[in-house]
Amino acid sequence: MSPLISRGFGGRRRRDVDPSRIPPGQYVVDDFPVLSAGPTPTVDLADWTFTITGAVDEPAKWTWEEFLSLPSEEITTDIHCVTKWSKLDTPWRGVSVDVLLERVDTAADFVLAVCDGGYTTNLPLADVTDGQAWVAYEYDGQPLEPVHGGPARLLVPHLYFWKSAKWVRGLQLLDHDEPGFWETNGYHNRGDPWKEQRYWSD
Amino acid sequence: MNQPAPLTWRVATVAEKRPETSSATTLVFDVPDWPGHLAGQHVDVRLTAEDGYQAQRSYSIASSPEDRGRIALTIERLDDGEVSPYLVDEARIGDQVELRGPIGGYFVWDVDMADPLLLVAGGSGISPLMAMLRHRAARSSMIPARLLYSARSYEDLIYRAELDRLAAAGDGLETFLTLTRSRPPSWTGFGRRVDREMLAEVAWRPERRQLAFICGPTPFVEAAAGHLVELGHEAARVKTERFGPTGG
Repeated sequence: MSPLISRGFGGRRRRDVDPSRIPPGQYVVDDFPVLSAGPTPTVDLADWTFTITGAVDEPAKWTWEEFLSLPSEEITTDIHCVTKWSKLDTPWRGVSVDVLLERVDTAADFVLAVCDGGYTTNLPLADVTDGQAWVAYEYDGQPLEPVHGGPARLLVPHLYFWKSAKWVRGLQLLDHDEPGFWETNGYHNRGDPWKEQRYWSD
Repeated sequence: MNQPAPLTWRVATVAEKRPETSSATTLVFDVPDWPGHLAGQHVDVRLTAEDGYQAQRSYSIASSPEDRGRIALTIERLDDGEVSPYLVDEARIGDQVELRGPIGGYFVWDVDMADPLLLVAGGSGISPLMAMLRHRAARSSMIPARLLYSARSYEDLIYRAELDRLAAAGDGLETFLTLTRSRPPSWTGFGRRVDREMLAEVAWRPERRQLAFICGPTPFVEAAAGHLVELGHEAARVKTERFGPTGG
């Protein structure tokens, strides 16, 4: 079915944006909107740890200081939120998930990111390895603000941004897929913005 | 969650247009094959221009699930927006847009949820909470409910007359209004931004295990949700929906 034309709608196209960088149905913003399902959790960095658990030979655990001493990368990437906004060239610093996974032996195919506040999101391991995902703790040269997921959030920029879980505290490796918070609340299981996989039936 | 019909684009026809404030307008759409929704859910609206250019935005549903085949959206007009100025200024009765939903399975309320209901709205964040109050009234629910609604001025209060009527029904709903910038001379409501003391006054004690829904601009929601947690309310029972200055 060809889309219905809405009489009198012209749109406001942005001339300064390369259309090939914008997935279908998205529009570019210059600010950084905030979305989350509940209160912003507060965590004392002295109590913060990051863990890898589940289907691993031996669980791995880092304190905040240990985490900061891991090799980190600067990542400049476009991000796409399922609520339609995209933000281009966002600058982050974080630790590649590849670096974290070097610490464990696993045959798992899936991962569930677990967060302060109880949020979870599921991903195939193939979506977080080979330089596709990070645990980011700086944005634009500053410590990541709590409203944007600080002290640390997952960064998986090739998928809709709900997969880039805020306040992430660990990765649970699984031999099966286990839908997370939004994935059990009507949203798509994988969330590829280029395929416009917003909702469960897309 | 129960997942019924796939989320396909449906044709929605503007059936009614009702200015609410100087910047917000309610559009009622006829959607004959609408599968129904829960109070708190939203829809995606898609507009297509003559040359095929498209824009999509999400809007909360303001109408009660009991209004079958019709969806009311209260749209705040954003000056630099793309979709909201079209819907508020340009769209006329009989015009058609595409719409799909309902979307979202978390920020929802149903009269079967028996706990006291605390609603906290900032500006046009009242919209999904209004769907909850309309649903509650349509089902003659007596579940205790309290609404704290913050707006800049009296004229900026959306659904003012309807809220007065609902609060006068004597069915266990209490409304609390706060005006942050200007107040009429005889104003008896609150006159400041929502703060911890105000929430302590309006909310039940945490032992009542109320279910809280907060919707508004990000700083408003951040503050209100943070205060409720500090007051001892369980974070998992505080549900939030935020919108920023973008979105339009």
